[in-house]
Amino acid sequence: ETIFPLNGSSMADTGVVEALLRRVEKVDDGVDSLEVATSLELDHQVIVGAVKSLQAVGDVISAELRSSKHWELTDEGREIAEHGSHEARVFGSIPVEGLPQSELMKLSFGKIGFSKAMSNKWIRLDKAHEGGPRIFRTVESIEDQVREKLLLLQKGNASQLEEKEKNELKKRKLLSEVTVKTYWIMKGNSFSTTVTKQETELTAEMITNGSWKEKKFKPYNFEAMGVAPDCGHLHPLMKVRTQFRQIFLEMGFTEMPTNNFIESSFWNFDSLFQPQQHPARDQHDTFFLSDPALAHDFPQDYLERVKKVHSEGGFGSQGYKYDWKIEEAKKNILRTHTTAVSARMLYKLAQQKFTPVKYFSIDRVFRNETLDATHLAEFHQIEGVVADYGLTLGDLMGVLHQFFTKLGITKLRFKPAYNPYTEPSMEVFSYHEGLKKWVEVGNSGIFRPEMLLPMGLPEDVSVIAWGLSLERPTMIKYGINNIRELVGHKVNLQMVYDSPICRLDS
Amino acid sequence: MPTVGVKRDLLFKALGRTYTDEEFDELCFEFGLELDEITSEKEIISREQGDSKASGASDIILYKIDVPANRYDLLCLEGLVRGLQVFKNKLEAPRYRRVSPVNGEPQKLIITKETAAVRPFAVAAVLRNITFTQERYDSFIELQEKLHQNICRKRSLVAIGTHDLDTISGPFTYTAKAPGDICFRPLNQTKEYTATQLMSLYKTDSHLRHYLHIIEDKPVYPVIYDSNGIVLSMPPIINGDHSKITLKTKNVFIECTATDVTKAKIVLDMMVTMFSEYSVSVQHCFVLCPPDSESTEKIAQLLTRMCLRSRATGVGDEIEVEIPPTRSDVIHACDIMEDAAVAYGFNNITRTTPRTYTVAHQFPLNKLTELLRQDLAAAGFTEALNFALCSQEDIADKLGKKISETKAAHISNPKTAEFQVARTTLLPGLLKTIAANRKMPLPLKLFEISDVVLQDETKDVGARNSRRFCAVYYNKSPGFEVIHGLLDRTMQLLDVKSARGEGYHIQAADDPTFFPGRCAEIFVQGKSVGRLGVLHPDVINRFELTMPCSALEMDVEPFL
Repeated sequence: ETIFPLNGSSMADTGVVEALLRRVEKVDDGVDSLEVATSLELDHQVIVGAVKSLQAVGDVISAELRSSKHWELTDEGREIAEHGSHEARVFGSIPVEGLPQSELMKLSFGKIGFSKAMSNKWIRLDKAHEGGPRIFRTVESIEDQVREKLLLLQKGNASQLEEKEKNELKKRKLLSEVTVKTYWIMKGNSFSTTVTKQETELTAEMITNGSWKEKKFKPYNFEAMGVAPDCGHLHPLMKVRTQFRQIFLEMGFTEMPTNNFIESSFWNFDSLFQPQQHPARDQHDTFFLSDPALAHDFPQDYLERVKKVHSEGGFGSQGYKYDWKIEEAKKNILRTHTTAVSARMLYKLAQQKFTPVKYFSIDRVFRNETLDATHLAEFHQIEGVVADYGLTLGDLMGVLHQFFTKLGITKLRFKPAYNPYTEPSMEVFSYHEGLKKWVEVGNSGIFRPEMLLPMGLPEDVSVIAWGLSLERPTMIKYGINNIRELVGHKVNLQMVYDSPICRLDS
Repeated sequence: MPTVGVKRDLLFKALGRTYTDEEFDELCFEFGLELDEITSEKEIISREQGDSKASGASDIILYKIDVPANRYDLLCLEGLVRGLQVFKNKLEAPRYRRVSPVNGEPQKLIITKETAAVRPFAVAAVLRNITFTQERYDSFIELQEKLHQNICRKRSLVAIGTHDLDTISGPFTYTAKAPGDICFRPLNQTKEYTATQLMSLYKTDSHLRHYLHIIEDKPVYPVIYDSNGIVLSMPPIINGDHSKITLKTKNVFIECTATDVTKAKIVLDMMVTMFSEYSVSVQHCFVLCPPDSESTEKIAQLLTRMCLRSRATGVGDEIEVEIPPTRSDVIHACDIMEDAAVAYGFNNITRTTPRTYTVAHQFPLNKLTELLRQDLAAAGFTEALNFALCSQEDIADKLGKKISETKAAHISNPKTAEFQVARTTLLPGLLKTIAANRKMPLPLKLFEISDVVLQDETKDVGARNSRRFCAVYYNKSPGFEVIHGLLDRTMQLLDVKSARGEGYHIQAADDPTFFPGRCAEIFVQGKSVGRLGVLHPDVINRFELTMPCSALEMDVEPFL
């Protein structure tokens, strides 16, 4: 048995399909599906199923959907078509000798049929009859026109009736008008009265025995989506991190070891010439540790030089002139910036014969801040540092230009700013084409002599540096408004699954 | 960075011209300021308290301007205007001088040794023949408040008191006394209180209660008297009512008491220079500007535009620069060079490329991490990214462990429980990620490679990071074989063979985080590097999960 693949759930019978095709073959200008159903004495839906299955196999037929008004008998109408009208049944139930009215009224059709038969003058009522009112026939025979009309309609010959007659039957609720959707079916370009089975897929067997050459294949639905591959996904923030690492490596920057979240205040603040009363060192801004609360083992002579430059000055500086306390410097914190690591690296560099370096890092930093849609207590800081003889502000801007060009940002301008450990300090702004305004994209500056000289770096060496957050460019790149959807356990995994690869310069 | 609110029209009047918002924004940018917001009192009240409260409020346009945190001289309208006018060459850089009163001796403030126990420093100055208008008066009060909030570190470092000199008589005495022995009528009160009573009175004052802690626990409180025993102030809390300044005040006595004398001098200089033609002190300093494409004369001109009066001395490239008391931020030649660069215009400087030749190196641990991440995603696991900080409960109770066993580093000042400790394991983060994504189709396969923090006495800070790899499999069945398979794949990637001794192997272990009999320890060359297994149902429940889950967590650093 040949089974036709269908879009729907039902399957069309081969016999029906072939019968339909034979009907279509006989007519050149097409045939109506409802007519076919009537003539084959099948339900219309069966023919519709056959039409759809033929449409699915290609251009065998062409079928145009049409809608038409159509008269249909109501339940009462069908009863009348079968048994006769109520009035005819009343007439038929009255014998020659008549029938008591009370007997007639016991019949189901009695009441309605009586009044109609009376107005047709088929019967009469003798109220004064002995033994109660009695009904008699007044004519010998009748013609049940209502039934005949309904029978005509039932056979689909509605055109033989006048509109007026149909409306009258409708008024008697024997007839109702329904809209029917039918197909106008004509031969297609590859019409044939027999249909071969369509294969769903090419099989290994077909390839082996070559049977694919004779087969027809069911067309694919190219509108549908494919099946998602079963794979893992990298996190978007980490994808962006990879790209930033790549940019630094392309520019010849060496990665700093930033795997030390806990830092002493000394390396995080004091070594950067950030005074001990600075607001950033406040409980409200920085996470302090209770255990392990204090750091130890500082390079002693360096520590003395740091203490001196803060409290008394030196190295060409007046200093901050306050009572610098070792207790404050010992306090352990969660580092507030990766510049703490840069300070350690520059100190280390100063302990050997100086050679120019370029360093970078991308890692977590922590702030005890108020949280909102764009701020979390921890974020990733991107940092770049260059140390060489005689670097200038122009060099810093030149390097920043190269760095940001690799991010696809070419329009930059610089705003004077304040930062305790850089002088000059510049905020970096880029022109955002979408927002039509300048937006801050990073911070930069030249490390202060009060930071570098106590470390022991040569006087004619300057160190330029810049930093930015990893989260912000990622949120812009991936169109994320709430940072919690990106970082942390509330991440939207669907977003992770769906995020494209990261190309920062496009 | 502090924000200063100034009335736009008043600002333009003082600047002698009007600007469009864009023009003013541009001027700010060049000078190193930021026009943060254009608003009005009405708009601010309506935003913070609702429209109904705002009716009747002033709708005069306010500019909110962000000022760099070290430029205390720009914290009021007077200072901003002075800075911008000089920058635009419309005003000469002012020169400040201290003068003695025409008739008689300067005022004296005598500091007694008792103050050493609480607030050891004080400096003072007098502003003479000042004419207050309502706007100047408001600006004067506002400046005090800005200084208090910023450089004074909420009055803990420095507190400012201003007094009507004509209501008091010197010499003044700054001393410290037991709270019960100080008695006076404080500002805007109708009767006298002892210091002890004042401290309890201000416990509920929304403004003053924030400063009480500065002296509360001290045996003695600071107080300033005039020669007749009238209390000027009890710093850093409140002034006396007797000497309060009004719009009619002509001569203002300003005292700054402090725990940091450098800051006290800066604050006093700001108060005086902003509001007087009389001056207090002048600092001098000589600098050598490095040779540059700009001539020394040009640089001297640029510096003068930044309120640093300068001239080329004619000796080589030497320039003499006068640092006014308003510019306490200048402590090194580099600060002066920055001002020269700002006046020149950062954006006019030619961009150059340093010729620094270097060869790049990756940090080996990060290189390994990057490579592993790629292949773990290829193995069908999705990368999560969780916080390094969490609650004690997350790393201990919820995993069926005691916090004392975790070697966790503890934070002393967390604002919420989410920041009590640095994580010692990656597992809780992954389980919370699953809990937040329960609507996603199963199975959920997640991994993370990131740092945890462990106490370590051998380090200078007493703790170290440790890089971990953690993976979880969450489905209708535990899927131990999936997690085990991931371990095998990871070892394959790390080129470690399955073998006891030289390679890796796993063996049964007891761990309260895991279901009994379903936990194994991972050994590489005989050393334990981590564990894997099926999680204990109690652990699953505590993380608000409902299905079986298997997990793997191991150290990455042994594979370097």
